[in-house]
Amino acid sequence: MAMLADLINSTLVFSAALIFAALGGVFSERSGVFNIGLEGMMTGGAFAAAIGTYYMQDAGGEGASPWIGVLCGIAAGTLFALLHAYATVSVKADQTIVGVVINILALAITLYLVKFMFEGAGDTPLLDATFAKVAIPGLADIPFIGQALFNNYPTTYLAYVLVPLSAYLLFRTPFGLRLRAVGEHPGAADTVGINVTKYRYVGVLISGALAGLGGATIVLTTTSNFSHNTISGQGFIAIAALIFGRWNPYGVFGAAFFFGLAQALRNFITQFDFAAHIPNEFLYMLPYVLTLLVLAGVVGSVRGPSAAGQPYDPSKR
Amino acid sequence: MSKWISSLNQPTALVPAVAILLGLICGGIVMLLGGFDPIAAYGALIRKVFGTSYDIGETMLTITPILFTGLAVGFAFRAGVFNIGADGQYIIGMTAATFVGIKIHLPAFLHAPLAVLVGMLCGGLWGALCGYLKAYRGVHEVISAIMLNWIALYLSTFLLMKFLVAEGQQKTPNIDETASLSIGWLSKAMGGARMDWGIWIGLICVGLFYILLWRTKQGYDLRAVGFNADAARAAGINVKTTFIKTMMISGMFAGLGGVFSVLGVFHYQVASGASEGYGFDGIAVALLGGNHPVGILFGAILFGVLTYGSAGMNFDANVPTEIVRIVIGSIIFFVASHGIITKLLKPLLNRRAANKRKGASADGNAG
Repeated sequence: MAMLADLINSTLVFSAALIFAALGGVFSERSGVFNIGLEGMMTGGAFAAAIGTYYMQDAGGEGASPWIGVLCGIAAGTLFALLHAYATVSVKADQTIVGVVINILALAITLYLVKFMFEGAGDTPLLDATFAKVAIPGLADIPFIGQALFNNYPTTYLAYVLVPLSAYLLFRTPFGLRLRAVGEHPGAADTVGINVTKYRYVGVLISGALAGLGGATIVLTTTSNFSHNTISGQGFIAIAALIFGRWNPYGVFGAAFFFGLAQALRNFITQFDFAAHIPNEFLYMLPYVLTLLVLAGVVGSVRGPSAAGQPYDPSKR
Repeated sequence: MSKWISSLNQPTALVPAVAILLGLICGGIVMLLGGFDPIAAYGALIRKVFGTSYDIGETMLTITPILFTGLAVGFAFRAGVFNIGADGQYIIGMTAATFVGIKIHLPAFLHAPLAVLVGMLCGGLWGALCGYLKAYRGVHEVISAIMLNWIALYLSTFLLMKFLVAEGQQKTPNIDETASLSIGWLSKAMGGARMDWGIWIGLICVGLFYILLWRTKQGYDLRAVGFNADAARAAGINVKTTFIKTMMISGMFAGLGGVFSVLGVFHYQVASGASEGYGFDGIAVALLGGNHPVGILFGAILFGVLTYGSAGMNFDANVPTEIVRIVIGSIIFFVASHGIITKLLKPLLNRRAANKRKGASADGNAG
């Protein structure tokens, strides 16, 4: 039982980043903009978080350092999202291609900056001031559940909060209604006076902020530094979680938990003797294979927001 | 002659040219911000590429895989499929060719063609898998292809480590001499640059791309699906099998890129666990070339020059090679966001149109 609690615990560590990025995807796609660039926005966030925390800990920031890192990560993700929003909403460029560009640019720019800042090094120095696990007083003492759910990094608790908050925002507020209207039928939304451009910008920017937060989470809880393979496909897995979770925050939470489990299993399985017979490569492959199987098998054909992927052209209303 | 010039003046030819210019300017700005001298860096790039016959040969070598992946991506785009998985198809093609090159022993006239064929087919099947998932399981091809890229990478590493790489090594032994597709005399002529059949087969594929798409019934179906899948379905074209066929052929192009990398250039394969990213360059090249084979060829030449030259920038001007990725990313950004460029060019084009009108009326008066 204790082992299972540990497995859930480390699953939630990996899931947190996916939850943030996938929630970001929900806001963007609900507003009608595909965001293949989540990967790049996470990369930007991871880089900025590593740099922000590094300089803050140098300046004697102590416990505040990782939080500064988180803020830097959110800012960097939002910055890349601004580029995405400008190109896809204002210039009406192809959303998929712009997303791919964001991924290429984010990786190139961050590695360029790492080499520039650390004299040609391929990765940032290891951070001392990353997040530590915090046991929530009272709740952490509950047998099994305490260890599984309430003895984790602050970012995981943030994920617990952001899921219902996003659901509330999307389905219980006028803002959410308008955002979804813009993604389902921008022409109709425009007719009743909703500013399509504004809502799409907001949707994409929120997605960038959340993806940046996701990237920061990976650096500050898992890798402790930033290098070329810090993100390695997490952004795309987040998109899969978004589809698997049917564009719904609670669904996203479940899907991200599932993909987080695939990553946690990679480490968990090494405790057992039989793990020695499984080649490493298969363990590395696991999250990607599961993603593919889930998308191909369980989901079948799901329907996303109807207007996602199409630039809004008022003249064709 | 004037017709030729006017075709250059079409916005379609102008947009990529301006995009390249803007991309290079973006790279220059990033270099300036980093405290590097962009003029010196671009100078170093040009010197590196056109310095000696060896460098020209090696540049051709850099162009080859990008040409193949560019053709792969462009071909799929014609059917409205975004093949972001050329990377994985390239790796699978390469791995298959390595296996045939090492494990099977045959006379040269059979061995090399067999290795090419098997590599090409395996790349094609990897692509077809993506097409199947799109056609019959409704999985967005971008997501499935990205997953298949990672799976291909780890699968290839596993297979190489398990069956070909000796204990404690990171790369496979060399392929049999009979499977080699290097051209010895040409290498000698080019100052020892590694010359092989890849670039020449690549040029043949440029022609094949055109014939397949514009001179066959299948190609017609494929383009019809790309224009409007619903209309194509209504007209009796089987859209699902078209997706699979398209991705099969697309994957074959990408697979060939991997095949020549091992049979022509390196003669061994590294089990590295990292991809070389040719698939992503292919996307850039296809977009830049407007998914037309000749455009893709020019795009591949440009990107090959940039990529090979980046080593010179790093060596002479100390600029990190990532700068070239930034330039490439910016170029695709501007091609995709051509709205920006047409906005920028509007005053210029309007003036030209006004001049033309003025000229026409002057002619009219003279007549």
